[in-house]
Amino acid sequence: MTDLTTRLGTLELANPVLTAAGCGGTGRELARFFDLARLGAFTTTSVMLRPRAGRPTPRVAETPSGVLTAMGLPGPGVDSFLETDLPWLAEQQVPVIVSVAGHSLEEYAEVARRAQESPAVAAVEVNLAAPNVEDRGRMFGRLPGPAADVVRAVRAVTRRDAPVLAKLAPDVSDLVTIALACVDAGADGLSLINTMAGLAIDPHTLRPTLAGVSGGLSGPAIRPVALRCVYEVHAALPGTPIVGIGGVATGLDALEFVLAGASAVAVGTTLFHDPTAGPRIARELEEALSARRIGRLADAVGLAHRLPPQGHVGHVPPQISPPPGADERRTEESKEKLP
Amino acid sequence: MTDTAGPGSGRAVGLRTSAIVLTVRQVQDYHAMTLVAPAVAERFRPGQFVALAVGGEHTGRLVRRCLAVYEVKPDYGGTVEVVFDHRGSRDPGTGWLAGRRARDMVDVVGPLGRPFRLPRDPVNCLLVGGGPGAAALFALADTLRRRECRVHFLLGGRSAPAVFGARSARRIGDSATVVTEDGSLGDTGTVRDVLPRVIEESAADVVYACGPTGLLRSVSAVATEYGLPSQVSVEEFLQQTGACGVGLCMTCVLPIIGDDGVTRMARACTDGLVMRGDRVRWGDLGTIPLDALGAPRALGGGL
Ligand SMILES: Cc1cc2nc3c(=O)[nH]c(=O)nc-3n(C[C@H](O)[C@H](O)[C@H](O)COP(=O)(O)O)c2cc1C
Ligand code: FES
Repeated sequence: MTDLTTRLGTLELANPVLTAAGCGGTGRELARFFDLARLGAFTTTSVMLRPRAGRPTPRVAETPSGVLTAMGLPGPGVDSFLETDLPWLAEQQVPVIVSVAGHSLEEYAEVARRAQESPAVAAVEVNLAAPNVEDRGRMFGRLPGPAADVVRAVRAVTRRDAPVLAKLAPDVSDLVTIALACVDAGADGLSLINTMAGLAIDPHTLRPTLAGVSGGLSGPAIRPVALRCVYEVHAALPGTPIVGIGGVATGLDALEFVLAGASAVAVGTTLFHDPTAGPRIARELEEALSARRIGRLADAVGLAHRLPPQGHVGHVPPQISPPPGADERRTEESKEKLP
Repeated sequence: MTDTAGPGSGRAVGLRTSAIVLTVRQVQDYHAMTLVAPAVAERFRPGQFVALAVGGEHTGRLVRRCLAVYEVKPDYGGTVEVVFDHRGSRDPGTGWLAGRRARDMVDVVGPLGRPFRLPRDPVNCLLVGGGPGAAALFALADTLRRRECRVHFLLGGRSAPAVFGARSARRIGDSATVVTEDGSLGDTGTVRDVLPRVIEESAADVVYACGPTGLLRSVSAVATEYGLPSQVSVEEFLQQTGACGVGLCMTCVLPIIGDDGVTRMARACTDGLVMRGDRVRWGDLGTIPLDALGAPRALGGGL
């Protein structure tokens, strides 16, 4: 029997396969296909303060091995979420990770404060890809400063026993620096990655396919990008739990993320194609680990960093090196944290 | 390969199945595909649809194709037939479906969506169809006839081969009116042109429709003018906007007026496929009306 249990800070999960924010509906839609208790955790759609209708249609375009979506963060708002969605989720015996978003620090903090009051909320994920009105609508997670501010604000209002996960998008010049800033600001873990910006043009109408013009790319198309992000951030922050997200469709995909340093994976776009994917991926991951005689998932986390490189004699496999300075910062940070 | 909900779990066992293709045939301008899918056939109610994966096991096409069910039959434990427009569509996914052969496998989720509401009493029903969408009306017609309703058809299309099911409609309908834009079959004109006359002649008590969104819009408007309830299937809108068919992706939204008078962005796949025609804000499809719940303006601007 392979031990699939994993930890995100203080939160222990029965298995490492979660749903990704915004891709599992309210939970009820997926529950028609399987018992949600078979997930490691259920991540909600990003909750904001007020109801939001989101973007006009078309909101989605099919692209090679992925989809491009421009949703505009639709949702019922925190009141309705707490009244109808969360109580239902609370009955499903699955840890609930509430994703929070806002246009301002205050909005993030207000949503997190209200959500974390419920004992059903096991963790809070901070969607740092939301547009910052004070930064011409560019995302908070674009720069270390604003990202850290949001994380600090959310951490300050969240119960100690509920980990705060900072979720970052890859379209930034220096992801590791932003990740470090989030952890310094109190993030207990990181969710990597959100969608990356893309565009589709309809050759028949000669116009952008999506009503929102550009959109976020997701699905297996972005898996190598996500994997690189997880690998780099784990190298810089080996003690910080990471949820690997981006095109996970099979147990072997999940294993790749675990080997790169993820303690858990979240499944997004794959659910649109295969709503039963969560439990299937968990089962396939268990089989993949046991086929490799790895008895505990925890032993595989970041293993790709620790194994000696394999290759032909005289062939040096390419290494992904952390950006310059990452090591120093980590040392400083760990010094700071010493009692 | 069936999904894994156990007995007694309250879940729909077999909601996702791998179905064997029985036949794919060309019917006039369209393709009709029959799948062996007992779990889908058994639960199907008229107006529901299936969401098909395209491209095979290792496909890079992640969007499911949502197709209203034309007919279910008890053969082989239960078969499901869908009709789609491959030649008129630019979608390579439908091309893949059209290229299936007997004994191929297709990954099916269904039956999905809200069915047509049925009248309690044996009333006069007018079933209006346009293009391949007309296919969704025939299972409804069977059910209505079993309830001793009178069933009148009004079918339209560009030209004769684009009108699906004219012959069946004539056979099973209490009346059947066909219109084509080029006059190659039935009257010359559009469904909109003849609708008031057909409503009057058939003494319709309720109007059902499936077809192009423009047609649904006129049917809803005319039905409302006559004080009749309309039940319309927004299949085409779902095909143009949706990705999953099961309510997860939130991409298939359209503005619907609720019982409380408030407009909300509702999902075609789970709040439909069949909707009350008078509740859809047809002129605002593809937009977020400014007075919709959560519309950008209501928040004081910004994204
Ligand atoms: C339709 C859709 C809606 C999403 N909504 C959210 C959201 O509300 N909050 C969030 O943090 N990420 C959201 N995401 C991003 C996903 O959680 C995930 O990070 C991304 O899609 C990459 O994973 P995937 O390739 O498995 O989909 C959304 C993605 C999609 C495709
Ligand atoms: S098609 Fe995905 S929610 Fe309707």
